[in-house]
Amino acid sequence: METPVNKPKQLRIALRNCGMLDPENIAESIVRDAYQALGKVLKEYSPQECINILKQSGLRGRGGAGFPTGLKWEIASKSKSDQKYVVCNADEGDPGAFMDRSILEGDPHSVLEAMAICGYCIGADKGLIYIRAEYPLAIKRLKIAISQAMEWGLLGKNILGSGFNFEIKLCYGAGAFVCGEETALIHSMEGKRGEPTNKPPFPATSGFMKKPTNVNNVETFANIAPIILKGPEWFSSIGTKNSKGTKVFALAGKINHVGLIEVPMGTSLREIIYEIGGGIKENKKFKAVQTGGPSGGCLTEKHLDTPIDYENLIAAGSMMGSGGMIVMDENDCMVSVAKFYLDFIVGESCGKCTPCRVGNKRLYEILERITQGKGVMKDLDKLKNLSYIIKDTALCGLGQTSPNPVFSTLENFYDEYYEHVVEKKCRAGHCKNLFHYVINEELCVGCAACKRCCPVHAITGEKRKPHYIDSNICIRCNECIEKCSFDAISIQLEPKILV
Amino acid sequence: MEMIELSIDNKVLRVKKGTTILKAARKVGIEIPTLCHMELHNMNIENKPGSCRVCVVEVDGRRNLAPACITEVTPGMVVNTHTVRVLNARKTIVELLISDHPYDCLVCAKSGNCDLQSIAHKFGIRRVHFKGEKSTYRKDTSPSIIRDVDKCIMCRRCEMMCNEVQTVGALSAVNRGFISVVAPAFEMNLEQSSCTYCGQCVSVCPTGALTEVDSTNKVLLALMDKSKTVIVQTAPSVRAALGEEFGLPAGTLVTGKMVAALRRIGFKYVFDTDFAADLTIMEEGTELLGRLKAHLAGESNAKLPILTSCCPGWVNFMEHNFPDLLHIPSTAKSPQQMFGAIAKTYFADLIGVKRQDLVVVSVMPCLAKKYECQRDEFKVDGNPDVDFSISTRELADLIKQSNIDFLNLPDEDFDTPLGESTGASVIFGNTGGVIEAACRTAYELYTGKKLDVIEFESLRGKEGIRSAKLDFDGLTLNIGIAHGLSNARKLLDDVRAGKSDYHAIEIMACVGGCIAGGGQPYHHGDSKILRQRRNAIYREDKNKTIRKSHENPYIIQLYKDFLGQPCGQKSHELLHTVYYDKSREEITIHHD
Repeated sequence: METPVNKPKQLRIALRNCGMLDPENIAESIVRDAYQALGKVLKEYSPQECINILKQSGLRGRGGAGFPTGLKWEIASKSKSDQKYVVCNADEGDPGAFMDRSILEGDPHSVLEAMAICGYCIGADKGLIYIRAEYPLAIKRLKIAISQAMEWGLLGKNILGSGFNFEIKLCYGAGAFVCGEETALIHSMEGKRGEPTNKPPFPATSGFMKKPTNVNNVETFANIAPIILKGPEWFSSIGTKNSKGTKVFALAGKINHVGLIEVPMGTSLREIIYEIGGGIKENKKFKAVQTGGPSGGCLTEKHLDTPIDYENLIAAGSMMGSGGMIVMDENDCMVSVAKFYLDFIVGESCGKCTPCRVGNKRLYEILERITQGKGVMKDLDKLKNLSYIIKDTALCGLGQTSPNPVFSTLENFYDEYYEHVVEKKCRAGHCKNLFHYVINEELCVGCAACKRCCPVHAITGEKRKPHYIDSNICIRCNECIEKCSFDAISIQLEPKILV
Repeated sequence: MEMIELSIDNKVLRVKKGTTILKAARKVGIEIPTLCHMELHNMNIENKPGSCRVCVVEVDGRRNLAPACITEVTPGMVVNTHTVRVLNARKTIVELLISDHPYDCLVCAKSGNCDLQSIAHKFGIRRVHFKGEKSTYRKDTSPSIIRDVDKCIMCRRCEMMCNEVQTVGALSAVNRGFISVVAPAFEMNLEQSSCTYCGQCVSVCPTGALTEVDSTNKVLLALMDKSKTVIVQTAPSVRAALGEEFGLPAGTLVTGKMVAALRRIGFKYVFDTDFAADLTIMEEGTELLGRLKAHLAGESNAKLPILTSCCPGWVNFMEHNFPDLLHIPSTAKSPQQMFGAIAKTYFADLIGVKRQDLVVVSVMPCLAKKYECQRDEFKVDGNPDVDFSISTRELADLIKQSNIDFLNLPDEDFDTPLGESTGASVIFGNTGGVIEAACRTAYELYTGKKLDVIEFESLRGKEGIRSAKLDFDGLTLNIGIAHGLSNARKLLDDVRAGKSDYHAIEIMACVGGCIAGGGQPYHHGDSKILRQRRNAIYREDKNKTIRKSHENPYIIQLYKDFLGQPCGQKSHELLHTVYYDKSREEITIHHD
């Protein structure tokens, strides 16, 4: 794992132990204060007092939506039932995101401890971790951690002599993105099809096996112990007015230092990209950063100095999401970016509600038409209207946010859409139907190197005479440009009338 | 009960806490359109996945539109059901559904009965603004049901019926995203699943994704064949529902017109499955008494409870799910098959026609009957006892195709001898009816006394599982009744666990009995229709002069001339069957 450690501007709370200890040895965790918070809670606080601490801390869910964690626990604690459950959502599925994986692999006890604290607060004695089966190392380490914690009496019956019982089991997800939505996750754990249902009822009143269930994300749990040990005032002193603490992001894309970072809420995108991330690769021009995963949006130059927190990201047309952050430069086509995310959504929608199942497919098809140069101006209106209706009518969070990539690219990069549709031009040189390879007759010596390497025989010409590329056959593989020793071949963005 | 005040389209109303916006709106005369939602009142059947999103409404203060079918009212809620925002969303949703739907309404089996078609009509959709790829799947034909899931709109009604109401578990949503669809596991064929062919999925499917196998052409061809004598039998429930296909109010009895129409279509003899139902009672009732007497005499191999076996959906369910209990159902064939067996022996001889030249058609409220008549054990040298089984809907189609003015037909009587029946056989169509008919006969045969009151009210009702204790002159008979296969499963689980103290159990696969069978005219979620059909059946019983099976003069004659004793040797050859373990049938997965 490549984590830029000790860079300025970073502050590690959730990732505090990652890389610092052997996650397969509980003793090393305990040296670094694991289970201290659990002991303190069991000994010193009533469940409500502990919930109050969380409420004061201002911690909000790190899964994306940002619901206040203390309040969530309080609702679950007030639900009356003979059985309750604590569920850890480790179904991390955003493309390019691996925050939860890193925590589970590097510091599993921080999650187990927090789940036990949650169990104590809401009155649950059973915890379940819903983890995707594609994380074998995390699963292995969690299993070791659970059995060691059971051995040491930190999980199981009568924890630390308090009379409180808590056990944790693992449930494996089969890699469906939608199972990160809490009702879908619960159905999947119950052995049903992983698809969301209407809320209410919320899991806090009727969740796993129809019992009150508190679902939190891995990163949320990883923040619990430090809050208990250092106090809510410490935590709430970090961050912005409504978003406290830190956030882990997975930096990816056209940036010099990719990897996980953890920064205080309120850090600006500029600080993240240029100071922590070391700027754009090859000194190219920054174009956009995509945050919030497939349901998020693209932020631009004008957002670079916005302090990152839940509200600001939503106001800017994106969202916090689980923390994916993909940086794009001038070579990225924004229509194609929107298309990429829609493609992901079309495959990952559960297929239950019409707007998400069919609507997103139609959005994708419109975007595809545009990137192929077949778009018309009406398509842009259609995109906007359909996106609006999907957002307005879809059943769950996945569907309601699925048009966000379209909204934000339309909003911030309308001129690129316009160029694709009207000028049939992709300025990033990304959309294969919208650019051409041409041979400069004056520079071409007719060596036939390009002709020989062309996999589809698109190049013709006699020896020692200028060659010609047939755009109708060309697949834009770029092979000829690389082979040409005379710089005679270039990419032409302007549309060419095809015959 | 806490009451909640809200306003819908500026109308202020108070409703009970927990009411949905959809139901609250109905109270003030506002019909919010729905598609996936379906509710059969008082039958505990409700499908509300909130998946189609057609019923969305605007709620003040809410970020997005609310699905009316699953959103419960809250105090002070302000709902608007036809703002521009709502209408635009609704139309777009329907357009999206249509954009992924084959445009073959003109030749679709559901044309005229399709909920998607009527909603598109209602919304005035004249153009679909979205064009693109359509999801296509392999067409799946089974003996009873055709799945053409290109037309599936993922309303999940069939899935709810199959899993919750019937606990059959043959259908569920598979795949993700645009290609998700309702199908058997691994997208296998229905035939390879544990499907019982009860047809409840077909009766609730809003589109043409699930339809019955249409046998009307085969029937017409047989009718045209001069070398064949084609006869027909009609099940009790058909006469109580057929009229709906011709615009008559639900519950109109059209027995006489139906007979007249069948004759005009060209059937040589028009007979009644009710006759065979009387025969079933003779056999099943005798079997019950035999087993009961053995049980009372302390015989260890006396098998109780005895289960009715008239319902082919139920028999299929039993064979798939309770192979260890196959010794307890009555071995009596269903009335359809008894009729076929008698028609192709006794009656064929009577009119001097060879078995191969006699074609027996049955009109059934049921789709499982199509499968039943194709079972190998009901064939003699490859010739089936019943050649074709058509549904009530198919009969209506036949009548319409034959240019018959159904509503102005005179009433005509069934032919003899297989057309004479009693009130006992008519009530076979309702839940509790078979066991009531059996008890009418068993009581008199067992006690030797005349029944004072013919109606066993304690056996009637609509609860999914009912039980009654009947006094047979000092002997208390414990009767259990279940309709809907989930209820049947509960009773059977008890039997399996040795916790059941019933002597006899009646089971019908469909909730409500055959009147709500998978082959009946579509009810479109209106449970009033089912209630009317039920009442009509009891009315027909009341109108009959003979109301006990063993008093049917033609039944008496049949035993005298041909069969000998009930449960005698000849009966055993012709009227009884065996059951097979289908729980471990080899499963092969189709790849294409």
